[in-house]
Amino acid sequence: MTDLRTAFFEECEELLETLSDGLASLEEGADDSETVNSIFRAVHSIKGSAGAFHLNALAEFSHIFENVLDLLREGKLSADEDLMPLLYAAGDHLSYLVEAANGGVEVEPDRAAALVADLRRTANVEGSATEEEDPDTSAEDVAAIGAFQPINLDLGLPDLGSIDTGEAPAPTGPPRYTIRFAPKDELFETGHDPVLIFRALRALGPVEATADLTEVPAFSEIEWDRPYISWTLTLQTEAGRDGIEGVFDFVSDLCDLEIVPDLPPSTAQAAEPPAGGGETPDEDGPGNVDTGDAGTAAAAPTTAAAAPSAPSAAKPAAKKPEGKAARDTIRVELERVDRLVNIVGELVISEAMLRQAMSDSAMSAHGPAANAMGQLRQLSGELQESVMAIRAQPVRGLFQRMSRIVREVTRETGKNARIVTEGEATEVDKTVIERLVDPLTHMIRNAIDHGLEKPEQREAAGKKALGTVTLSAAHRSGRVIIELRDDGAGINRPKVRELAISKGLIAAGDDLSDAEIDNLLFAPGFSTSEKVSNLSGRGVGMDVVRSEIQALGGRVSIASEWGKGTVFSISLPLTLAVLEGMIVEVAGEKIVVPTTTLRETVRASEAAMHCLGDSERVLSMRDGLVPIVDLGESLGFRGRVSDFSDQSLLLIETDTGQRTALAVDRVYDQREVVIKGLEQNYRQVPGIAAATILGDGRIALIADTDQFTSTGPGTAAASVSASGDIFDDFSDFGV
Amino acid sequence: MSDVMEQTSTGLREIVSFTIKGQGFCIDIGHVLEIRGWTPTTKLPHAPDYVTGLMNLRGTVLPVIDLSMRLGLGRSEPNPRHVIIIVKLGDSTVGFLVEAVSDILTVRPEEMKPTPDVASNQTKDFIEGVFARDEQLLRALDLKSIMPAGQGAL
Repeated sequence: MTDLRTAFFEECEELLETLSDGLASLEEGADDSETVNSIFRAVHSIKGSAGAFHLNALAEFSHIFENVLDLLREGKLSADEDLMPLLYAAGDHLSYLVEAANGGVEVEPDRAAALVADLRRTANVEGSATEEEDPDTSAEDVAAIGAFQPINLDLGLPDLGSIDTGEAPAPTGPPRYTIRFAPKDELFETGHDPVLIFRALRALGPVEATADLTEVPAFSEIEWDRPYISWTLTLQTEAGRDGIEGVFDFVSDLCDLEIVPDLPPSTAQAAEPPAGGGETPDEDGPGNVDTGDAGTAAAAPTTAAAAPSAPSAAKPAAKKPEGKAARDTIRVELERVDRLVNIVGELVISEAMLRQAMSDSAMSAHGPAANAMGQLRQLSGELQESVMAIRAQPVRGLFQRMSRIVREVTRETGKNARIVTEGEATEVDKTVIERLVDPLTHMIRNAIDHGLEKPEQREAAGKKALGTVTLSAAHRSGRVIIELRDDGAGINRPKVRELAISKGLIAAGDDLSDAEIDNLLFAPGFSTSEKVSNLSGRGVGMDVVRSEIQALGGRVSIASEWGKGTVFSISLPLTLAVLEGMIVEVAGEKIVVPTTTLRETVRASEAAMHCLGDSERVLSMRDGLVPIVDLGESLGFRGRVSDFSDQSLLLIETDTGQRTALAVDRVYDQREVVIKGLEQNYRQVPGIAAATILGDGRIALIADTDQFTSTGPGTAAASVSASGDIFDDFSDFGV
Repeated sequence: MSDVMEQTSTGLREIVSFTIKGQGFCIDIGHVLEIRGWTPTTKLPHAPDYVTGLMNLRGTVLPVIDLSMRLGLGRSEPNPRHVIIIVKLGDSTVGFLVEAVSDILTVRPEEMKPTPDVASNQTKDFIEGVFARDEQLLRALDLKSIMPAGQGAL
């Protein structure tokens, strides 16, 4: 059951994504039936499964939502500006309910009272029309029904009243359907259970079930695996025929199914009292023939009179579960993929070791072994790429989640904002996407709460009252760039400066460039909000956002223009598993410098170096002076070398444009390396991003170049140079 | 410590004994994944002095701890005859650099005697008791204090 539940929530996630996609294209004007249908199907599938899992709140709400979508599907409503916000709100609430159900969280009962009322009203304005099912009546089934020997079944559905079906007892109750359901052998062979189906039906409305035992042979002749029992159910529901068929979606091939709408409720009402009176569900267990229940037998012919017999009997059989077949995917546990990724990583390393061993033993570079080696190398490279691609996912889901956050925050703050997303198809490693949720949520909340002005201020500034937050993703030179742009006020630099001084982050006399002031937002303990709002001022600052992104091997930078807005750029590695790096040597140790930030390699003997003060040196470039950092010294491998002339300089430039020249002893070649985290068995090391294994099996550290370039207060560069004593305490040794 | 000690059905403990600077030590065999010959390690910046560096165990990056340094017995000068005991405690795996592994022994828990006061303080902090075997003293290491738990990867 747990597995099924897990599968259900995974499926829900996909369905919600489909829903969200569909709503977005609806808003863009794609009012075609396929779009509406896909939305409808998504909500409908959630409803169906939710009923099976007793997630009543979810089933109930999706039912209400579905009613509105049904009208939209039938063209009785149109996706105009009035309806879209309602649909979005309903979609958001549905996601909330799914999350609540998944997390076992109690649903706040009043959270969506207004929304539900809105949906009900919308459904009812046009709703009456849907009830007009085929008035086409035929009495052919009367005889068949009459032949039934109905019994009562206790389905374990004690409290039918708990399902809110609107005004159930009122004379204008929902339409009734008679459902004849005869399972075939296969239904039980494939593990379906009629009780679960009946429960799902119950989620649609009050249901009464009678079993037909006429086919059951004498006890001695019973074959245990044959379905002898069929059922006749009466269901009162607003879900419509499609709703009912949806419940049978998974078993439509496995049973004979007939769904017959009863006479309009007003007419059927007359037949109901005897049926209702005779069928208290707790009457008897299954299998007991209740001869006293003539009421239903009498009622059945009346209700069956509405049956358009032949066509409706044929229809369900022909109906296949829609929307499922189109998805040509399988679900794989992430753990299995990760194991595969790890093994391929090992393979690549072993391959490199083998290659090195071959070249060390001076084997011919053109012999058959070398050729086979080349082939192996190519194959393992392809294998690695393909495996990485399994983990890659489009950022669409993430962006949709952010759209929801935007709507939530605008509701809470009273600011008008819309979100525009670009590049949703950009693929990023699944783990990266998952771990981006929190930082991005925080940034978006910040952008709306602090970035965007109030509508009146915006109008005063000559902007549209509706603020725009743009979230975009794109691949750029082997990395993924995610940008969050707002057209708000921009960063108030004098204020930021003032605040930083008052918090002791900078000294009053410090001369800071605009970029440096902007970067103060990331300094620990900084918050620009004058009043702490419940949205962004949770004590979690942008410093946490930055460290979360850095933990992913990413960088976040900021650019802002006063009055025009602010842009946050997050630059992330495509995958967490491989990295393109330059192998260098420092104090006898090999270090990998990621090429993403590497701009240029210069021989120190040919470079124009100048001394600054005691021992600081700078490199004179065409467009300015760049500070030189001795990599060996800052990693604590040795003291500062006095003579740089034998060294090579690696010019590093970060996303923010900060430049540093790293002095190293020797530069080897550039190659792709597999990233091995240090945190599992050790801990993070200042100045080091991760480790990798080189061709000879030795471990090389991967330098975190950003930490050598950032110069702001409290940044890692400070802790790199100031380390030493704080790590001597063994309790720091994280195990 | 005894809670994580591997106990056989008869209540006996199996221990791996090894030598550091001529002294006998032991740890419970349940924590030992394997024993490997010494290979050069990769220097770690800003590491405590008892961390010799990183080693590659079939693709996993492990820190190697110089037990001698950790126990206050001075730095080891590793040579190819030294061995690395791969130890797992909780989620972490580390290598212990020792001079030589001597034996695998079966002992009764009650054989363990409290640490005598004469031991140097730093050594004593990491020892939960001693076993006397064949006129040799085996100091049972308390892995939890050598690898403090709950410190999490920083």
